[in-house]
Amino acid sequence: MQRNEMKLEFDSRSCNEGFARVAVAAFMTQLNPTLEEVADVKTAVSEAVTNAIIHAYEGAVRKIVIEARIEEELLTVVVKDTGKGIADVKRAMEPMFTTKAECDRAGMGFAFMEAFMDSLAVESAPGQGTCVTMTKHITREQNKYERQ
Amino acid sequence: MEQYFEVKGTTLIVKLPVEIDHHNAEELRTEADRLLLKRLIRLVVFDFERTIFMDSSGIGMIMGRYKTMRFMGGNVIAVHVNERMQRIMKLSGICKLIDIYDEMPLMSEM
Repeated sequence: MQRNEMKLEFDSRSCNEGFARVAVAAFMTQLNPTLEEVADVKTAVSEAVTNAIIHAYEGAVRKIVIEARIEEELLTVVVKDTGKGIADVKRAMEPMFTTKAECDRAGMGFAFMEAFMDSLAVESAPGQGTCVTMTKHITREQNKYERQ
Repeated sequence: MEQYFEVKGTTLIVKLPVEIDHHNAEELRTEADRLLLKRLIRLVVFDFERTIFMDSSGIGMIMGRYKTMRFMGGNVIAVHVNERMQRIMKLSGICKLIDIYDEMPLMSEM
């Protein structure tokens, strides 16, 4: 698979959560992923986009950017916002930690991204927005066969 | 929203949608809580029959209803949970709190 990239920019409205995860899922189909791999990526994208809507922009309508990239068998997904940022990234990534318990938030967003992707990196600072970078290897036997 | 809810006696069955994310979890939560208070519900059944996608917003919504029901002395169960949903529930630890049944159990089995 040659290198391939895409970039999406959309409003931080909750109705775009479904659109965002389906768009990334459609982009990754060229890697011939399993249904489970697609479901993993959709869940991770949904978590990152939801974080941007709820926490970064706190319901205000601004822009979320998703960049996705395929290099060989590696899928990289970057979700960026220019919202309020995270003061303590390490703490925010702890399972069950949430600043919005009253909104029934489980505090599992980053834990799900970590569980369903191969790597997760979060860059953020207060007032500077947040950039979430996730990667996943999509290696299906069939892919290897086709390249030989 | 009505199509997702069915009240039988003191049981509230929530027939969950195909996808559960932050967008619709909030609507489900509002309607479920309205019915819980109005109808003196003792048991909430989350029916995953149609559901193929759920993220942590769905977990938060279920966890919140679990807390409310325990506070009121009631219970919460889940039925028709597919492999993917089981994985999500296990990962979040919610399957330690609520019992999962293959089919809708009879009252005597619970």
